Amino acid sequence: MATLEVDVAGLRLPNPTLLASGFLGETGASLIRSWKAGAGGVVTKSISREPRQGYPNPTIFEADGSLLNAVGLPNPGIAAYEAEARKAVAAGVPVVGSVFGSTPDDYAEAAAALERFGAEAIEMNLSCPHVEGTGSEIAESEDAVRAYVRAVKGRTHVPVFAKLSPNVSGIAKYAAAAEDAGADGITAINTLKAMAIAPELRMPVLAHKTGGLSGPAVKPVGVRCVYEIHAAVDVPVLGVGGISTGRDALEYILAGASAVQIGTAVMTRGIEVFAKVSREIAGFLESEGHGSVREIVGAAHG
Amino acid sequence: MGSLEIVRIVEIEREASHTLTYRFPARFGGAPGQFVMVWIPGHDELPMALSYLGEVTGITVQAMGDATRAFAEFKVGDRIGVRGPYGNAFAVRGASCLFVGGGTGAASLIAAIEAYAAAGKEVTTVIAAKTQAELIFEERAARSGRVEVSTDDGSKGYKGFAAPLAEKLLDEGAFDQVITCGPERMMHGVVAAAGRRGIAVQASLERYMKCGVGICDACAFDDGLLCVDGPILEGPRLSRSEDFGKWRRDRSGVRVAL
Repeated sequence: MATLEVDVAGLRLPNPTLLASGFLGETGASLIRSWKAGAGGVVTKSISREPRQGYPNPTIFEADGSLLNAVGLPNPGIAAYEAEARKAVAAGVPVVGSVFGSTPDDYAEAAAALERFGAEAIEMNLSCPHVEGTGSEIAESEDAVRAYVRAVKGRTHVPVFAKLSPNVSGIAKYAAAAEDAGADGITAINTLKAMAIAPELRMPVLAHKTGGLSGPAVKPVGVRCVYEIHAAVDVPVLGVGGISTGRDALEYILAGASAVQIGTAVMTRGIEVFAKVSREIAGFLESEGHGSVREIVGAAHG
Repeated sequence: MGSLEIVRIVEIEREASHTLTYRFPARFGGAPGQFVMVWIPGHDELPMALSYLGEVTGITVQAMGDATRAFAEFKVGDRIGVRGPYGNAFAVRGASCLFVGGGTGAASLIAAIEAYAAAGKEVTTVIAAKTQAELIFEERAARSGRVEVSTDDGSKGYKGFAAPLAEKLLDEGAFDQVITCGPERMMHGVVAAAGRRGIAVQASLERYMKCGVGICDACAFDDGLLCVDGPILEGPRLSRSEDFGKWRRDRSGVRVAL
């Protein structure tokens, strides 16, 4: 029986699948539900210092299993999120706390709070493509990436992952900047900035007009980004973007991901997707004669 | 999985002073109790129960917020976006059912009332509202069985809330089950009354929703999500609920008193 256990910069997980940030994760109950459904770990909704309502509806548009969203980072803020995070931690769930804000200090404050609540790692959402002043332009500046990562590293003791945007030319240099500033891992990719229009109404579907695209449509972009990042940095990579099956996860792992995150496929394959993907990865490892998923991380680089 | 359809409104009917029914052709079908996400272009997208099923389906909306007041200005021929149907449907049990609809809650029940009657079952319906001018679907329900009316101000029928009237009917007659939709405090009373008598009960709940498909967590209810576990929940689930009748989540996800 091949082992699926992984260690991502000190974050030990029983299998390499995590709930991706932005899906469920606003309540302790849904973090626990994802864990019970087989996720090796869970990433929270992105949490800010203060509560945030997000954008008006329509906030999602779904087509052919892919998803366009401009939910707008709604979250209850760190004070109200304490009970939610602690509930999941108390249930034994490996929690990765996702944070965002408008300044390095905002990120550091939210990260320190989530660590205090029991998060085993922090993920910095540096790249939400549809919320101005809270991320995407950070991931478009190497200097900003360094400054934000340093601020969070200065206030935390657990591993810190920088989540990067694919909406740039040359994602690897931003990964290198994050590593240079002390990031313990890189998460890639966030959603691709996108738009859908209702022809009969002659207007964009989302109230915010633009949103972030996720799901099967973005997978080849994500795999390419992870491949480039793995070649450019020494820290581990968490792959995310359009993973619905074990084969999708294997593409990311072979490109260089030490673990993978799943979001949109919760909609298409149900919350059981984590257990399904784990089983599918294990089946591949066994049929190919591998004892551990760790043996094939980055193997596509030759 | 219910992708967005843009449809034309083919008929608008006034059900009460501030409540309109919009009919439109839809390809998606649906079962009694299910809901759709309705996009009122330029304003909002909201979960709404299907008050008419079939090829020309329908929704019934009370103008009470900015978006629904704007929707009240829409005309026949105007277009809206619809996706769904989502959520579960009412389960059919036994030979007789008491329906209790408060306010626009009756819109969630009326398709079920008609389906039950069409299946040869005995239907009794309580239609309740604050005042006579806000009663909806009284005549439509009467075509499917007995109707009792209650108004808070006594302007028509029983004077008072729906729950005590329902309790009285449960004591007078024999019912195999109770189905309710309306203000949550009313449903809380109805569920408790049915529970005390050992009668199966289903309630259709409402929470703020964004996605409708079980991924955004906006409609978190107890340990689940109302959009996929509900909107219809059964008596035993409700009687052990921490949230029913007490808590909801605001748009940021903070748990607040109902």
